[in-house]
Amino acid sequence: MTANRVEGGIFTVMVVGIVDPHDPALGPTIAEQVLRNPDFFANAPVVLDLKESLACTSVADFVTLKTVLRRQRLIPVGVQNASAPQLRAALAVDLAPFPSVGSRRGAARVETKPNGNGVGPRLVTRPVRSGQQIYARDGDLVVIGPVSAGAELVADGNVHVYGALRGRAIAGARGDGDARIFAQRLEAELLAIAGRYLVSEAIPPEHLKRPAQVALVEDRLQILPGCDFAPGRE
Amino acid sequence: MGKVIVVTSGKGGVGKTTTAAAMAAGLALRGHKTVVIDFDVGLRNLDLIMGCERRVVFDFINVINGDAKLNQALIKDKRLDKLFIFPTSQTRDKDALKREGVDKVMDELRGEFDYILCDSPAGIEHGALTALYHADHAVIVTNPEISSVRDSDRILGMLASKSRRAERNEPPVAEHLLLTRYSPDRVARGEMLSIDDVKEILSVRILGIIPESETVLRASNTGTPVILDPTSPAGRAYEDAVARFLGEQRELRFAKPERRGFIRALFGRTP
Repeated sequence: MTANRVEGGIFTVMVVGIVDPHDPALGPTIAEQVLRNPDFFANAPVVLDLKESLACTSVADFVTLKTVLRRQRLIPVGVQNASAPQLRAALAVDLAPFPSVGSRRGAARVETKPNGNGVGPRLVTRPVRSGQQIYARDGDLVVIGPVSAGAELVADGNVHVYGALRGRAIAGARGDGDARIFAQRLEAELLAIAGRYLVSEAIPPEHLKRPAQVALVEDRLQILPGCDFAPGRE
Repeated sequence: MGKVIVVTSGKGGVGKTTTAAAMAAGLALRGHKTVVIDFDVGLRNLDLIMGCERRVVFDFINVINGDAKLNQALIKDKRLDKLFIFPTSQTRDKDALKREGVDKVMDELRGEFDYILCDSPAGIEHGALTALYHADHAVIVTNPEISSVRDSDRILGMLASKSRRAERNEPPVAEHLLLTRYSPDRVARGEMLSIDDVKEILSVRILGIIPESETVLRASNTGTPVILDPTSPAGRAYEDAVARFLGEQRELRFAKPERRGFIRALFGRTP
């Protein structure tokens, strides 16, 4: 009787860059590559790189992609550089997230901690100063410290500030309308989620200098005191 | 190895050169071999504040270009034997601050001095970035008003991302906030930001509060670092700041409105 074992393994996998999943030229382009070395490509696993793609946010997109690739005898196993909505759709069709190659460095020196599935939050443990811009691609941005007026926080996911938020905060930068902004002390110059924004003048004064969260409700930014649960359920 | 301290602010006219001169003199007074360098190429002022403008032969740019040796350019202060002034050129511009040349000069100075103070030009361009690049410590000079605070914040960001320590992933530059031209009366009247306001916006430890004082102008005009004027409240405040920099505990003076006598209150005079 053999025991069940879990082991690690390191493999080289091909990466296919995707722009438009419905591009009719995609199939022929891949076929051309495969024909050069048909044995090597036979039933090979591939990872889809979504760095250049704004589409691929729906399950249908991935079903189309899978069909195109299977026709060329390639087996998609995962995605790379996926935004939060892209990753959600990918997971729904059993495509695993792969870490992206090469590290990214922003304007400020920050500590990043991957959480193992490639979409780790970006953690900043120093004050974010006027003129600095920090972008958390694919995930959340967590700042422990104040964010000065004239500083800019951008995240594809949520923005969390454990301190005073006096600069700009942009969550859901690639269109994720479920993203939110959390601040221990809200004094922001600008708040934006998925392209909808609110300038400081438009922030109701009763929310200023207090803990708040910002969410997109019926296509409008809504500020809620503290961390109250679920907006728009009344 | 000597420690490099940059005196910087972003904004102009807040008291960088006054501070660099006073702190350099204060460190030398306490027995540390100190040099103060003017990074404001083209707008040479430090030599005037230090009262050595008529003794300048070679300057920082001559040394960077290899036209003069360090010892030929350093001017020994006549009052304090541990204090040296390293003037800059008035005829060149900031582009003359070549990276390799500055690196070499700073390395040499670190070997010879305990403290190297860099008097930064205003702005966030090449001159200011060169001045802060080698810093181990930064004294951020800020006036209690909003634009100065915002510019200081910007410079703090530069220190965190553009300094040599940041580039090499070493421990960050130690930040010290110096509030200058502080007037407790005006704070009380709501015309100036308070210490707490500034501290909250910048979240940096306060090194000192320098009160607004006409003795500063008098010191500048006579080419004497204000710390050497025993009658100057600003001088005493700089003395405290230097002591705190060296790790001493000192209470914050000049932070509250002083209680004036009847006659002075009547005429509204400030010290």
